[in-house]
Amino acid sequence: MENVLAIAVGVLVACAVYLVLARDLVRVMLGLTILANGVNLLIFTAGRVTRDAPPLIPGDAQGPAGVMANPLPQALILTAIVISFSLTAFALVLTYRAYVAMRTVDVDAMRLAEPAYPGQRLPRPGDADVADAGAAGSETGDGAARNVPEAAQ
Amino acid sequence: MTWLLVAPIALPMATAALCLLVWRRPRAQRAISLTGAVALVLASAGLLRAVWTTGPMAVQPGDWAAPYGITLIADPLSALLAFLGALVGLGTVVYALGDLDRGREFTGFHPLLHALLVGVGGAFVTGDIFNLYVWFEVMVIAAFGLIALGGEDRQVDGSVKYVVLNLIATTILLTAIGLLYGITGTLNMADLAQVVPAHPDQGLLTAVAVLFLVAFGMKAAVFPMYFWLPASYHTPAAAVSAVFAALLTKAGVYAIIRVFTLIFTEGQAYTYGAMLVVGVLTMLTGVLGAIAQSDLRRVLSFNLVSGIGFILIGVGLGTVLGLAGALYYTVHHIVVMSALFMAAGLIQRLGGADGLDRLHGFYLREPWIAVLFFIAAMSLAGVPPLSGFWPKVIVVKASLAEEAYIVAAAALVTGFLTLYSMAKVWLLAFWRSEPAPASAGAAAAPRDTQGERAPVHGRRLLVAPMAILALASLGIGLWAQPLMVFTEHTARDLLAPDTYIETVLGENGAATADGEGAHDAAGE
Repeated sequence: MENVLAIAVGVLVACAVYLVLARDLVRVMLGLTILANGVNLLIFTAGRVTRDAPPLIPGDAQGPAGVMANPLPQALILTAIVISFSLTAFALVLTYRAYVAMRTVDVDAMRLAEPAYPGQRLPRPGDADVADAGAAGSETGDGAARNVPEAAQ
Repeated sequence: MTWLLVAPIALPMATAALCLLVWRRPRAQRAISLTGAVALVLASAGLLRAVWTTGPMAVQPGDWAAPYGITLIADPLSALLAFLGALVGLGTVVYALGDLDRGREFTGFHPLLHALLVGVGGAFVTGDIFNLYVWFEVMVIAAFGLIALGGEDRQVDGSVKYVVLNLIATTILLTAIGLLYGITGTLNMADLAQVVPAHPDQGLLTAVAVLFLVAFGMKAAVFPMYFWLPASYHTPAAAVSAVFAALLTKAGVYAIIRVFTLIFTEGQAYTYGAMLVVGVLTMLTGVLGAIAQSDLRRVLSFNLVSGIGFILIGVGLGTVLGLAGALYYTVHHIVVMSALFMAAGLIQRLGGADGLDRLHGFYLREPWIAVLFFIAAMSLAGVPPLSGFWPKVIVVKASLAEEAYIVAAAALVTGFLTLYSMAKVWLLAFWRSEPAPASAGAAAAPRDTQGERAPVHGRRLLVAPMAILALASLGIGLWAQPLMVFTEHTARDLLAPDTYIETVLGENGAATADGEGAHDAAGE
């Protein structure tokens, strides 16, 4: 069982790394979500996968009677899930705001806070074509970034 | 007296909650925020005093015995940093009263700032490594809110980079904690300090240690993972940059010091060597970045990064002297960086621009602000007798004692280049009489939309915290002995953490590695 879970963790993390390295911000956010899930599964596996008795102590006893399953990893994962849920919600709203503000989800073209490359062409807030094409397609992570002119190297 | 230990978490949490309750009443929000910040400073000062006179103290919330429950512990390092955090928090609240427009101030600044202080304080006093992760997340979510507060387009751009990199860092931290728990079966830091060095599989533990170094290094902004910092710290309101610059990276630094002096004490040759290399590269690339910038807050951001590298080499030397220098530098850096970012906000406000190419003549127009900025800037550059000078002397001396000549040379070169970058700021923004009209580049023009010489209300509120911090830097430079004694003592305790472990686990627990004794001792 550990082997299967370990492979699953590896696949999830590999997918996440691939997505996070993309220039499309929506893909990056998807990658972060998958990464968080991969890590949760890693904690679950690291806490040992056992099928012992449930971790309940009888009312009159001082400690557990026999071997019992370890409840701590689940508690840790629950905490991590709640945190990553709220952070993901924030990050998605921010992604949308970034798209509205800069008319792009290409992280290379987000140059309001930092100077652009010499000769780089940036989308302007008034660009209508991106807004039309992006309204439907941007949230699915496809298309919006393609409308951005490639950075001049 | 143990309630003092809970104060760095409980007080700002209560303040944040109360601020939320009076959301629609600005005056009440200001009053609560200010009162809460003052109370936090007093309580943290009390905690620092108690810890310094009677030694570290620990609390087991919920009365769960030590290796099983979450422990809160304050040793001199945590107490000192909690106190400085509270001090910067108070300064930021006062500064924000004058700095922020109403739209920013009453759409969540006060609750978010205190939530940030909850995270910072919690990270400093926790004795449980998963709990440390949770406090980092509290800090991060409050910081996300603060950095995006106001919602200007430029801020959104900075926030995107800040959010993505910080999310990755916390996920790596969570991975490291999960693996460490899988290997050792415990999360209590004092318990880990006993289990980890005795564990047979040191190779695996060193790999986990490096994961911790990467995660905390990203938080602390070290080479090559610091690019989120200069991409974002110049975008939010000046009050927000000041508190970020002072505290957020320092929480990462604190975590590095704690984890690598307490838990990963075996296999130090590798991790400490990595720290030295990373520290040298952070120092040099940071200060070179600072020289290349023309936006005042970006210059300071790169200098901030450079300072983190300096702290890291102090830690990486692995000696009492080096660590003492690193701690001294941390104190100095918190004070000076917040003062400089506050000054930068003030200069931007008075001059109507952020870019060094457009600022000029502050020395004539605002001599007192110029003097205060000069003190802080020269202190950052390490000019005697200011506070930046002594830690440089200590760390260079420590690295010469360890025959780490390259490290010593890098520290000295960085000091020189820092002086150059601050002198450049001084020359352009303060001494230059006329702005050169040709040099005002077209590229810089659209970024200076924030204020065309906006009238400055509440000027005293802006100057007072900056003046106090700049004079504090002068103070700890001229009267260095008490802080020197304190940091040296603290460094010695950190490198021989028996007292820390005993405080958490009790005397029996410290003797028996499996933690059974601690259970008995605390169960009485």
